[in-house]
Amino acid sequence: MNVELIGLTKRYGAATAVDAIDLKVPSGAYCCLLGPSGCGKTTTLRMIGGHEHASAGDVVIGPKAVGDAAPSERGTAMMFQSYALFPHLDARDNVAFSLRMRGSGKVERRAKAMAMLDLVQMGHLAGRLPAQLSGGQQQRVALARALVTGPKVLLLDEPLSALDPFLRVRMRVELKRIQTELGLTFIHVTHSQEEAMALSDLVVVMNAGRIEQAADPRTVFERPATAFVARFIGGHNVIRLPDGLIAVRADRIRLGAEAGPAARPARVVAVEYQGTSVHVGLDAEGLERAPESPAALTAILSDADFAARPLRPGDTIPVGWDAAAAHRLDA
Amino acid sequence: MTDLALPAAETAARTAAPTVAGRPRRRTLAYLQAAPLALVFLVFLVVPLVLTGIVSLWEYNEYEIIPALTLQNYADVFDGCLSADLCTTLRTYLSTVKFVALTLAITLPLGFAIAYFLAFYIRSGTVRMGLFLLCTIPFWTSNVIRMISWIPLLGRNGLVNDTLRALGLIRAPIEGLLYSDFAVVLAFVHLDTVFMIVPIFNSLARIDRRLIEAARDCGASGAQILWTVILPLAKPGIAIGTIFVTTLVMGDFVTVGVMGGQQIASVGKVIQVQMAYLQFPAAAANAMVLLAAVLLMILGLTRMIDLRREL
Repeated sequence: MNVELIGLTKRYGAATAVDAIDLKVPSGAYCCLLGPSGCGKTTTLRMIGGHEHASAGDVVIGPKAVGDAAPSERGTAMMFQSYALFPHLDARDNVAFSLRMRGSGKVERRAKAMAMLDLVQMGHLAGRLPAQLSGGQQQRVALARALVTGPKVLLLDEPLSALDPFLRVRMRVELKRIQTELGLTFIHVTHSQEEAMALSDLVVVMNAGRIEQAADPRTVFERPATAFVARFIGGHNVIRLPDGLIAVRADRIRLGAEAGPAARPARVVAVEYQGTSVHVGLDAEGLERAPESPAALTAILSDADFAARPLRPGDTIPVGWDAAAAHRLDA
Repeated sequence: MTDLALPAAETAARTAAPTVAGRPRRRTLAYLQAAPLALVFLVFLVVPLVLTGIVSLWEYNEYEIIPALTLQNYADVFDGCLSADLCTTLRTYLSTVKFVALTLAITLPLGFAIAYFLAFYIRSGTVRMGLFLLCTIPFWTSNVIRMISWIPLLGRNGLVNDTLRALGLIRAPIEGLLYSDFAVVLAFVHLDTVFMIVPIFNSLARIDRRLIEAARDCGASGAQILWTVILPLAKPGIAIGTIFVTTLVMGDFVTVGVMGGQQIASVGKVIQVQMAYLQFPAAAANAMVLLAAVLLMILGLTRMIDLRREL
């Protein structure tokens, strides 16, 4: 089912957590709300799920505005950060919980719960209590619990952040598989741009309660709308020119002879080896350095290119970029 | 890189060490740390209990206590219990157990409600602390003064009767307000509710709020959340509170005496009277029986709730 937010706002006293955002998530899409902590992404998710009362605006799920409807009446289900499994119930009863609340019989709900646990490959551990399960296993149970009532929209609040990096990548694949298999709309909150890129059909970059850009991952990466998006998504240099801001992808920065006619001299300040590529930090006359970053510009070179022409901190080299690689930013 | 690696190496060394030489020393240290409390328990609990047990086997007459081995004291406690009508001991126990049941029936819902309010409705820690202090007000003065102060309130010409009469609701004063079962239970509730509140609050405070949201997301109503999520998770607190209240009421003799106008029997009272008449062996035997009864009740409770697992 498609989800639409219309002027959705959340105020806590004088502070505005979510500032009149508009968004359309098509049915069956995997949508990631991406942003730094405190940007309002989780609040937005909680308003969609009915766990937070909207100060103004509407949430429309499918054909109807859900207003103040209870979470279970919206056709949504939420998967909570750190899973929120009931510690006194085993995996099967956790999954069967919402069926039990609806008053379905013991045999029927247990059978359904088992089918759901099998879907997330947890059938063999159905009798375990949450405390006896690893983080990844708990997450699978939480996913099964969210899916068991057949929701049309699944809301995921930082579902992967509690997992170790290896497991995170595996669960990422799993989430995408289940979303595709069941054809559900997923709305997934994350602060990891890598996760958002890997999973989503629609990336919504949020900052300070507003949507900076909502587009497919490729558009967001190729043509970031604002300086914030370009910086947050990473892999970009935001450069202030006399006539405004531009973003240049770090892998499109040219060094040395290829730097072109507009090249300017730069000093190498950092070299980081990354395996397939090498990140070179550069400072140049007239280019401001962002407060928290180690260098004014970052150039990403392939490891072969770097090996052919190694650089060391302190070296001076012309730096430039193709005019086509420069992308003008709104602000 | 080396800077980062160092702490990791250190912890590895630290965890590896106990398997070699550190373990016996660490164990000694643990015993040493537990020793002071163990000593206190030994001197003030185990030794007196053993002494009571020994004295309960001694003989006594009007003049003296004779160190000998006899089960006569226990036989006296249960004297006539096999006959058709109940013996004194059994009747006393029934009366005391009745008070336990009545007190539990009131303090449990009351304590749960107050603990629930404190844990879920009060957001500010300062306000919560203030309200907790309010709960302890009954303990700001001594037990005896506290009970004497009921008399002007509940007495025949006390505040309650006077007010009701002035309002024209009753013509003659209600007799059963003071020196009755009602008064005893009232005093117990007044005294013991806080022992229910604290452990239940403790359990409730540890419940992750997200569990309640998750339950709501699963479509649970308020009553269903209370019954299927909060109550099961509050079980350890309820069990501990129940044990507190049970043991307090079972062993009490002052409250039943004062509030019951010295007319109501209780197990504690029996022991106290025997002590007053210097019949120590008989009192000791009664005490051992009481101890066994209370332990049985606690055993029953822990059968229902596995406290060790829940803690």
